[in-house]
Amino acid sequence: MTEWLNQALFGFYPYIALAVLAIGSVLRFDREQYTWRTGSSQLLRRKQLVLGSILFHVGILLIFVGHLVGLLTPMIVWETLGVTHAAKQMLAIIAGGVAGAMCLVGGLLLLHRRLFDPRIRATSTFGDTAILVLLMAQLCLGLATIPISLQHSDGEEMVKFMMWAQGIFTFQSGAANYVADAHWIFKTHLTLGLTIFVVFPFTRLVHMLSAPVWYLNRRGWQIVRSKKLAAGPGR
Amino acid sequence: MSHTLDRLAFFTRKTELYSGGHGVTNDEDRSWEEAYRRRWQHDKIVRSTHGVNCTGSCSWKIYVKGGIVTWETQQTDYPRTRPDLPNHEPRGCARGASYSWYLYSGNRVKYPLVRGRLIKLWREARKTLPPVQAWKSIVEDPAKRKSYTSIRGGGGLVRSTWDEVTELIGAANAYTVKRHGPDRVFGFSPIPAMSMISYAAGARYLQLLGGACGSFYDWYCDLPPASPQTWGEQTDVPESADWYNSGFILVWGSNVPQTRTPDAHFYTEVRYKGAKSVVICPDYSEASKFADLWISVKQGTDAALAMAMGHVVLTEFHRDREVPYFKDYVRRYTDMPLLVRLVKQGERYVPERLVRAADFADGLGQANNPDWKTVGLDEATGKPVVPTGSIGFRWGEQGKWNLEEKDAGGGDVKLRVGLKGTHDEVVEVNFPYFANTAANGFASTEHPNTLMRRVPAKRFALKDGEALVASVYDLFMANYGVDQGFGGEHMPSNFDDVEPYTPAWAEKVTTVPREQIIAVARGFASNAEKTNGKSMVIIGAAMNHWYHMDMNYRGVINLLAMCGCIGQSGGGWSHYVGQEKLRPQTGWAPLAFALDWIRPPRQQNSTSFFYAHSDQWRYETLDVKEILSPTAPEGDWGKAFIDYNAKAERMGWLPSAPALKTNPLEVAKAAAREGVDPKDYAVRELAAKRLEMSCMDPDHPDNWPRNMFVWRSNLLGSSGKGHEYFLKHLLGTSNGVLGKDLGVTGRRKPVEVNWRDEAPEGKLDLLVTIDFRMSTTAVYSDIVLPTATWYEKNDLNTSDMHPFIHPLTAAVDPVWECKSDWEIFKAIAKAFSEVCPEVLGVEKDVVLTPIQHDSAAEMAQPYDVQDWWKGECELIPGKTGPQITVVERDYPNLYRRFTSLGPLMTKVGNGGKGLGWNTEHEVEHLKQLNGEVLDGPTKGLAKIETEIDACETILMLAPETNGEVAVKSWESLTKQTGREHAHLALPKEDEKIRFRDIVAQPRKIISSPIWSGIESEKVCYNAGYTNVHELIPWRTLTGRQQLYQDHLWMRAFGEALCVYKPPVDLKTTAATHNFRSNGEKEIALNFITPHQKWGIHSTYSDNLLMLTLNRGGPVVWLSEKDAARAGIKDNDWIEAFNANGALTARAVVSQRIREGTIFMYHAQEKIVNTPGSEMTGQRGGIHNSVTRTVLKPTHMIGGYAQLAYGFNYYGTVGANRDEFVVVRKMKKVDWLEQPLYRAEVGQ
Repeated sequence: MTEWLNQALFGFYPYIALAVLAIGSVLRFDREQYTWRTGSSQLLRRKQLVLGSILFHVGILLIFVGHLVGLLTPMIVWETLGVTHAAKQMLAIIAGGVAGAMCLVGGLLLLHRRLFDPRIRATSTFGDTAILVLLMAQLCLGLATIPISLQHSDGEEMVKFMMWAQGIFTFQSGAANYVADAHWIFKTHLTLGLTIFVVFPFTRLVHMLSAPVWYLNRRGWQIVRSKKLAAGPGR
Repeated sequence: MSHTLDRLAFFTRKTELYSGGHGVTNDEDRSWEEAYRRRWQHDKIVRSTHGVNCTGSCSWKIYVKGGIVTWETQQTDYPRTRPDLPNHEPRGCARGASYSWYLYSGNRVKYPLVRGRLIKLWREARKTLPPVQAWKSIVEDPAKRKSYTSIRGGGGLVRSTWDEVTELIGAANAYTVKRHGPDRVFGFSPIPAMSMISYAAGARYLQLLGGACGSFYDWYCDLPPASPQTWGEQTDVPESADWYNSGFILVWGSNVPQTRTPDAHFYTEVRYKGAKSVVICPDYSEASKFADLWISVKQGTDAALAMAMGHVVLTEFHRDREVPYFKDYVRRYTDMPLLVRLVKQGERYVPERLVRAADFADGLGQANNPDWKTVGLDEATGKPVVPTGSIGFRWGEQGKWNLEEKDAGGGDVKLRVGLKGTHDEVVEVNFPYFANTAANGFASTEHPNTLMRRVPAKRFALKDGEALVASVYDLFMANYGVDQGFGGEHMPSNFDDVEPYTPAWAEKVTTVPREQIIAVARGFASNAEKTNGKSMVIIGAAMNHWYHMDMNYRGVINLLAMCGCIGQSGGGWSHYVGQEKLRPQTGWAPLAFALDWIRPPRQQNSTSFFYAHSDQWRYETLDVKEILSPTAPEGDWGKAFIDYNAKAERMGWLPSAPALKTNPLEVAKAAAREGVDPKDYAVRELAAKRLEMSCMDPDHPDNWPRNMFVWRSNLLGSSGKGHEYFLKHLLGTSNGVLGKDLGVTGRRKPVEVNWRDEAPEGKLDLLVTIDFRMSTTAVYSDIVLPTATWYEKNDLNTSDMHPFIHPLTAAVDPVWECKSDWEIFKAIAKAFSEVCPEVLGVEKDVVLTPIQHDSAAEMAQPYDVQDWWKGECELIPGKTGPQITVVERDYPNLYRRFTSLGPLMTKVGNGGKGLGWNTEHEVEHLKQLNGEVLDGPTKGLAKIETEIDACETILMLAPETNGEVAVKSWESLTKQTGREHAHLALPKEDEKIRFRDIVAQPRKIISSPIWSGIESEKVCYNAGYTNVHELIPWRTLTGRQQLYQDHLWMRAFGEALCVYKPPVDLKTTAATHNFRSNGEKEIALNFITPHQKWGIHSTYSDNLLMLTLNRGGPVVWLSEKDAARAGIKDNDWIEAFNANGALTARAVVSQRIREGTIFMYHAQEKIVNTPGSEMTGQRGGIHNSVTRTVLKPTHMIGGYAQLAYGFNYYGTVGANRDEFVVVRKMKKVDWLEQPLYRAEVGQ
């Protein structure tokens, strides 16, 4: 891979992707409230959905958290905690592998349902199907990295990606260099991951920004607007 | 402001808990609520309704938002009812609520469309030829003509422009008028009450042109001929609010909640009030749940049930115990006290005609119409008297046509009911019995075909010798098998005797337990006794669509009459089929039939027309002999139905269109060349048989209808019985007729009407359909014109179910290139006027019309039936033959005439139902209201430019909407009856209902003599009310409710008195049984086509919302047992077929359905989810693919008082319920999705 392409994909593209993700999501949230939804097809058919959806969501959430923590936790934290790179990598492979398997089974159930259930198929938009296919492809790529990671049991390969991710977030100009010599599967996985950031605001994925976590600590059952509190002309 | 920023303020949100943490206050942005507010915000609400022949006539609010119709809700502003009566609203149903879907749907016709091949030919011809010549060059070239007629229904409609299509239509009409005659232009549009102006638009154009308008009420088989037979009235029924006044409601073959949805609340409410109700229908219908008792009668045997109930009532309430109210009622209001001649037939006697004043040597003192005055016996003197009120009093003299208990001399008379006790002897009288044979599994009993019963009789010395006479009452009792002590053969002695017509006998025929029959009859009659007639029968299509519908209906009518229910609020005969009540009828008729310019109009009974011109007569399976009475008088009865119909046309009983084989314009010209009156010329030439009537040879090209307009109708997708015959012969396109015609089957051919071995295919040169949606008819048309929906035009709407008149108004302008029907026909009229001078100028037209009911001519042949064509008598127009009138048609000025109110309204006046009144004042008012035409040949006449002008014309002229006219019309009636009636309208004399008034709120109409009920604060509208309470005679021979039908043909077919006749055998399943087997089991079932839940006729059956509620396409309903027998499971695709054709549908297997029947809800469009048939290879078919029209000779009678023709009043009806089909599961469901002709795909 030429240096230029490497720089474009892992030096510039991340910023484009994150910008689209952030600005796109804000705009959509502001302008298109009615489209801000999961687009659930549960009303049309429960079959395959419950199992598929739970497996998929649990799996993908674990993977998401794993990536977030794994990539963005500053090196110093791990060192302070005394976690070696090798141990961290093993943790990632095992936890990621299990979560990835759950996610794969669930995702395939959902994909099968979406493609072969006539009702679901008929009511699916291109985006609904495409994002699922995209996530599955990304998942497979992620799982495909496990054998490669196992060849680098010292965990140093993983450190490159941490350095790269943290480099991006700390605006280091040479961040792309960290991953220049990574295996092509990793590179594809990274590129596709960034692409998912790009399409994120335009698909049903936005629902993850509105996860109804507030219910967990809800105050009061009857919600009213107080005249006292209503500022300005309000309704 | 920004949802995102608001979220960011999450931690600074001011929230407070209250009520111990139960509630929380917050300051969240509330602008999201706007979405919900906007969802129901709208710019305006416009009042309109749905013109869909459902009788609902519900006023609706149409919501418009941003220029788009968004939704509709029910109006709730009907004028209030009196305090003791529930209000009318809410009126409306799910079907109406889904209508706005149509406006912007894919099914909408958006542009003028023409068959591609035709428009190519037209454009080519128009390059070199003027319009009429261009049309001529196409239709006179058989190859060109066939190129587009033979692919009708196969798609291929392309977009055109209004200018182009109207010119084409105008040219086709002008050519047809010139080449064949104006009566070859035919128009079919039904039910004016649903949108009066739209109907009037097309009819006015056709009548100015000289075309013929087809009837619909009879064709739909919604007309119950028993009504005109009994009452001389097309149909008159109580409004639904009157159900609330009833004490006992028999719901018989009517599914009130499903098909009278907006009215059903009155049924519920009166049940809460304590009324009893019995529901009679074979299936467990939606109405059945309202019932105290549900009676599951064997389908098609209702008359037997009615006869048995009548038997119980006559036995217990007339014979064993005389109920004074009942006795008095039948004496005063029915023909029961009148006398009938008995004549010898073999060893015994049979009842003949009613005795007339003219039978007596002195005419009983009657000089005016003694042949038409019936006779009874005075109880006091025992002498024969002529009670006032018979039809002889109606015409030729004044002041004595009433139901007072008086004789012609003015003396008080109390007629004797029954001759028992005063009889001279007891005679053996034969009554016909038909239920000793029955086909298709209907029950029969072992009885002879005549039943002898002894009847008391008197001997009278009459003009032509001594005669035996009996009273209708005694004949009636004997016919019912109620023994007055004289006995007879098969005369039952109690209810358990299995003899006609006891409950035990009926149990065998109808499967209804005798105890139920007895209990219901007793309950019905005893309620009527206690309430003076507040027992009601709600009755519908299920009873009327059988071939012997008259027997079903007369059985019920007899029951009502013997209990004194008719004409009493809360009682009577509630026949609800078709939105027939055109309340401002006499204001509308001049506009619609151009009576302001030309009288008489050309009106054709559609049943006979389609029977002849879709060549269904060529496939007739029913022989007259099968329905002839064993007591028929001597005569030449052995003819085909088409022969009977032709005879009726010749004799002026039924209308003819086309009437003459020769172009009537040419007849007038030939007469002019000879210098004789065209009428005399026509009579001379007809008598000499040089001029031939079209009815004698319907397949001759000179006698074909050539141009046809269909608007406000889905003739081919809904009402066209014998659908496949229409496609084959009238349209000449691909079809699914499976049977062979008489030439092949060897069944008896007609004897008088000409048979041609080669059947014509494609009689029509041009079929134009005007619709807002792409219906089945539109698909088969040559030209489809896009019309305004009910939310895009201004019009009027009324119903028989409520007393209000209310409008359709344009919520938005017609979308795309649509125009309202009024504007469409104006455009066609204009184009016609522009192109016609090529071949037409001011022309004389010879118009043949039948002898009209409610005219003095209805007294044509009082005794015998004589046929001039057979040399039995002279041809006297209006007496022994059709009326012949010469009229002038100013073709180049047709458009000007169309748009102004012609001079005849001032010159001749207006009227209806035998009444006439001056209308000068109203014409003056209209000139002021609508403005006058400023120049041209119509200068100074009132304008009728817009739809609203047309509405105002109707409202101004009709007594129902103009109090001044109402008073005039009642005064006109006073002259006939000699009784003061104007009090019914005087309080409303100053009321003039205008279009803007009804836009503001529906208005209750004003009482008028056109109808037999009144609008009052004291009673609800109820039919026959003014006959009973104002003593206005019924418009029958006797002036009374005519329970004895004495016309020769009625006697010949055994219907002088009501009897039970089993359904007829149409023999259509045998030919196709195992004919093209697909290996699945085949079973034969009775094909029943009730009104549906998810549509009104075919409308809404293609509406996505309604399709979603049902199964999304055509379905049939089967009983579980039949389904198991044929190996059919729920939702299987099945095919139903017989000699008439085939249809495909999904099966709904239900416990609700009675074994032996298959239900297919009437009119499910074949344009939606209908696969190809394995039998025919054609697309599925519709319900009418397996039906065929069969005529009944008794419906053709004319010139005989109540049995005289009136448009939509009397005539042949399109019965279809005796039909059987073979049902089997489909093997291969083929959606036929390939192009019709592969060769054309490349074009």
